[in-house]
Amino acid sequence: MSALLTLTDIRVTLGGRPVVDDVSLSASSGEIIALLGPNGAGKTSLMRAALGFAPIAQGQARLGDADPATLTARERALRAAYLPQRPQSIWPISVESLVALGRFAHGAAPDRLDANDQAAVDAAIEACALTPLRQRRMNEISGGEKARAHLARALAQHAPLLVLDEPTAGLDPAQSLHVADILRAHAQNGGAVVFSTHDVALAARVAHRVVLLRAGKVIADGAPLDALTSQALEAAYERKGRLERVGESLVAIFD
Amino acid sequence: MSTAARTTLALAAISLAALAAALFLGPVTANVFGDDLASRTIVWDIRFPRALTAWLVGAALGLSGAALQGLLRNPLADSGVLGLSGFAALGAVIAFAFGFATFAPILALVFALGAAILVTTLGWSARGPASLVLIGVGLSSLAGGLIALALNLAPNPGALADLVNWTLGSVEGRSLEHVALVGAFLIAGAALVLFAARGLQALTLGEEAAAAIGADLNQTRALVVLGAAACTGGATAVAGVIGFVGIAAPHLVRALSGHDPARLLIPSAFAGGALLVCADVAVRLLPTDTELKLGVAAALIGGPVFALIAARLASRGGDA
Repeated sequence: MSALLTLTDIRVTLGGRPVVDDVSLSASSGEIIALLGPNGAGKTSLMRAALGFAPIAQGQARLGDADPATLTARERALRAAYLPQRPQSIWPISVESLVALGRFAHGAAPDRLDANDQAAVDAAIEACALTPLRQRRMNEISGGEKARAHLARALAQHAPLLVLDEPTAGLDPAQSLHVADILRAHAQNGGAVVFSTHDVALAARVAHRVVLLRAGKVIADGAPLDALTSQALEAAYERKGRLERVGESLVAIFD
Repeated sequence: MSTAARTTLALAAISLAALAAALFLGPVTANVFGDDLASRTIVWDIRFPRALTAWLVGAALGLSGAALQGLLRNPLADSGVLGLSGFAALGAVIAFAFGFATFAPILALVFALGAAILVTTLGWSARGPASLVLIGVGLSSLAGGLIALALNLAPNPGALADLVNWTLGSVEGRSLEHVALVGAFLIAGAALVLFAARGLQALTLGEEAAAAIGADLNQTRALVVLGAAACTGGATAVAGVIGFVGIAAPHLVRALSGHDPARLLIPSAFAGGALLVCADVAVRLLPTDTELKLGVAAALIGGPVFALIAARLASRGGDA
């Protein structure tokens, strides 16, 4: 298994204050890693640092074998696709054109796709159940549909590593599970996924490994059922909580 | 054929029709097909270069407006609003007022470039369309103040009236030399801007996500800044300050180009050209004692369009 992302003792500071403090993490082909923790725990900063968008005060980030800060934008995009927390479509382009932007690093433009690009765009649209919406404009669809369109854009990039900041925010339970299936499929095809979420149960169900953060520090790290103990959840969220098995699935309960 | 291509063709046809109309129409009657000296002079030495200059100036302003809007992700951006035109005018005024008029186009370009660098640097991370426009208002006022200062200090006050006239914007009495000048600037600017087209599409996702899909934003920014400065510098050097074409032209073709910031570049140029030729025919035909200046007419039409777009933006909470 080759590591697609390796973070070693990362520290990120914002205005002199550490927002990520001494965090290590690696994601190898086939792995899904969930970042959990309350708002402001440092999940977004950690992901941005991994991609070279946030300056690293200390420690080391590697995308494959390269320092993300030394990669060109295109080289980085061929290694990792990123879904920001609040993805934007400033101009109301069509869903199809938005997804096609994912092919940028392959030299394509929405109005200039070769057969490979078109196949990747079609597959991503299909995977995110957007086929009936592909001609619609981004200002004519619902919040959940927008979120899926942006996820499809990241998938169309065909990067081995997916870095997704809250990909299920604003999605209903069925759609969240659909996203979980998409992440599993990506990992099964040899990719790796690092994603953040506030849905503890979803993280426990889909991730091979969870990293629970609070105030930039790692509270717990490991296989979901080992890491997400009542003590760890309480330490992270300051609220008594536990994971419970109900039938085949897991639920997170906070008192 | 794509909608954007059809739009361009239709606008090219309208442009040709407007250019032809500009040859036929005017306050005095002249026979376009006539062989007499008077008709030939009026039609081919006066009306033809004037109409062509109007088209090229409009195209340059429409193109630079579309490119700046894409770069800054703001439908209210254009050379006039952001202060590029004001600074280009300042450059040209300095050249005229201090007696080295030959360098007016170069100075206009250099000053437009300075303004473009300033406004894109200050406005790059502007939150919302309004703050960017405010930066432009500041730069435009500064340019206006400096133009007044230059006129005040000019060693040749006789030229004052001419200069003031010129800052109002006009293509009256322009020759084929002017056509060649603005044409060359437009070609250079268009080449630069079209190289940035893919980067502008990427910027639809916002800055960070554009970088994440592989766009080299520094390159996109440099190309658009240089291209917009070339277009604005050339247009302003031959026609003075003509506002709002850069806002109105992209606005007219945006929906027809699928709201794609790259696909609307060329249609915006054609729309700007067609708009300005039509406006110039209109000012020539208006029965006023002194001819209405083209820049004044553009402001009278374009000002309300600008206000309309701004109001619509405000009511949608910044969503274009």
